[in-house]
Amino acid sequence: MTENADVIKVEGLTKVFNNSLTAVDHIDFSVKHGEIFGFLGPNGAGKTTTISMLITVLRPTSGKATVLGGDIAKQSLDVRSSIGVVPQEYTADEDLTGQENILLCADLYGIPRSVSKKRALELLQLVELTGFKDKRVQTYSGGMRRRLELACGLINRPKLLFLDEPTLGLDVQTRAATWNYVKMLKKEFGMTLFLTTHYLEEADALCDRIAIIDHGKIVVIGTPADLKDGLGGDIITLGIQKETDITDLISKIEHVKEVKKENGSYIIKSANGELTAPLIIEALRKNGHAVTKLSLTKPTLNEVYLQFTGKSMRDAEESKDNVFRQRMTMRRARQ
Amino acid sequence: MTEDKLSKNRFHGLWALTNRDLKKWYQNPIVFVIGIIQPILWLALLGKAMNISSIFSSSSIPALPASLAATLSPQQIQGLGTYFGQMSNTIMSSTFGTTSYFSFMAMGMVAFVTVFTTAFVGISVVFDRRLGFMNKVLSTPVSRSVIITSKVISASIRSVFQAAIVTVIAFLLGLQLGANFTAFSIFGVFAIVFLIGFGLASMFTAITLRTTRMETPQAIFNLVTLPLMFASSAYFPINKMPNWLQAIANVNPISYTIDAVRRLMIFGNGYSQLPLDFAFVGVFAAVVTTICVMLSWRFLNR
Repeated sequence: MTENADVIKVEGLTKVFNNSLTAVDHIDFSVKHGEIFGFLGPNGAGKTTTISMLITVLRPTSGKATVLGGDIAKQSLDVRSSIGVVPQEYTADEDLTGQENILLCADLYGIPRSVSKKRALELLQLVELTGFKDKRVQTYSGGMRRRLELACGLINRPKLLFLDEPTLGLDVQTRAATWNYVKMLKKEFGMTLFLTTHYLEEADALCDRIAIIDHGKIVVIGTPADLKDGLGGDIITLGIQKETDITDLISKIEHVKEVKKENGSYIIKSANGELTAPLIIEALRKNGHAVTKLSLTKPTLNEVYLQFTGKSMRDAEESKDNVFRQRMTMRRARQ
Repeated sequence: MTEDKLSKNRFHGLWALTNRDLKKWYQNPIVFVIGIIQPILWLALLGKAMNISSIFSSSSIPALPASLAATLSPQQIQGLGTYFGQMSNTIMSSTFGTTSYFSFMAMGMVAFVTVFTTAFVGISVVFDRRLGFMNKVLSTPVSRSVIITSKVISASIRSVFQAAIVTVIAFLLGLQLGANFTAFSIFGVFAIVFLIGFGLASMFTAITLRTTRMETPQAIFNLVTLPLMFASSAYFPINKMPNWLQAIANVNPISYTIDAVRRLMIFGNGYSQLPLDFAFVGVFAAVVTTICVMLSWRFLNR
């Protein structure tokens, strides 16, 4: 497969459970070689169902997809041999040691022991578990288990790694460490990564491109920067002492796209807030206006999400109980 | 990153998965010890309590009434005593094929311990599903039938081990070996236990393949165990059962397993029936395993 080819290509992929629950609804997207592609959406949006179809453990109801050039329906064995998977839940066997778990994964890929023994040690070192390799997994912390899952997912040296909610339930420190591993995989090994997340900041920090998915449909795809820029840029809120209208004055300043007056303050949209803000202050000072307040906010993915789905990501999450119920329903449907 | 030369063997991962299950068993001392204690209890308590041969011993027969004794000569009385003394053995031999009921039942337990052992496969399948391990395995290039077969093989190996333990305990508690017994007989017992273990483990796996509920394998275990046990020759010979029960016991593969084990170990009347026993259990194992593998293609590829 050439460097420029699409690593994943999805056309009209759909999954309907029990003839009634449409978890994934005619989605199209492609993932390029060497990028980190993220699926962002609330719980129950269809992220795990999509991953399950791409890693060939769940049959699509309709549509088609190729992963590393292999058709997920017809060449599932080839696809499974060449990808790596780090599932959402902890899948390691608690009764075995970390090293035994990795070797077991290697056996499942048909990697000869002569190779896998050496590679298991390398991977344990990579995820900093060398000191715990002979301890049973039941003694591991959440972060250590995540790292072990990662090591297992890398045992066949995949060109494409699937990560389903890689930092779900992890503390801030462990999450940051996981992000570093993900970035390192891309940088050091040129790996392509497909990940799902419902954390906006994670998608923003890690992904080269994001697809926002809601109710089984992709609502928008783009780089985090493009998506945010698409909203009209940064927002500067400005207050001045005098009650004169300065809309025209500000409109002429570089990068300013829109000026609105609301409750005595000016809401200014700028393509580049950092450059515009000093220019505004300078222009106002020249014209004898005293600035009483000025703030600059950069749009976040939450605003992007709001724009395309009509609700904020936090509203979509709803209550914890609801999330749990939704997750259990989906899990039961998937099984 | 370099390309791996992955195994093209369709059965790769079979031993790795089997070994994982076995490791979970023998590295867990509690499960291991309980697994051994259970057959000890069956044999030592039930096997010894049901002392059927004592019912027919001359001590169970009251002394002759004085009026009857007066009409008989001392030689005749002595003859009657000898007759009744031998009657116990005659009744036991014609009913159970051996004079020791304990030996009869112990060999039934050898076969039956496979039911207890293999029933746990269902629980282990459900556990693997619930704990996500199954999902992990499904995302690797391991064949679906290998996943299931590994469970079945590990259960069969455990069954053979348990059967060996029961045999040793039975021997220590006074098992009376048959006239035909040779060291070779032991291998015959292991062979048939492995076959029935294979069949039963496939059956329990097939039933629980689709479920994620813990209650299902337990309910099935309760539902299946007792009929399998009582509608077999484990405790009582089939030809002394009512006709309707005979009909069931005669198609119960456990009966054939038990028959083979008894013929090999304690009966003295030859091996003529053995080929039929092995054929019946073998066909049962082959059919059920085939069904189970076909179901695994259907249900594990969702």
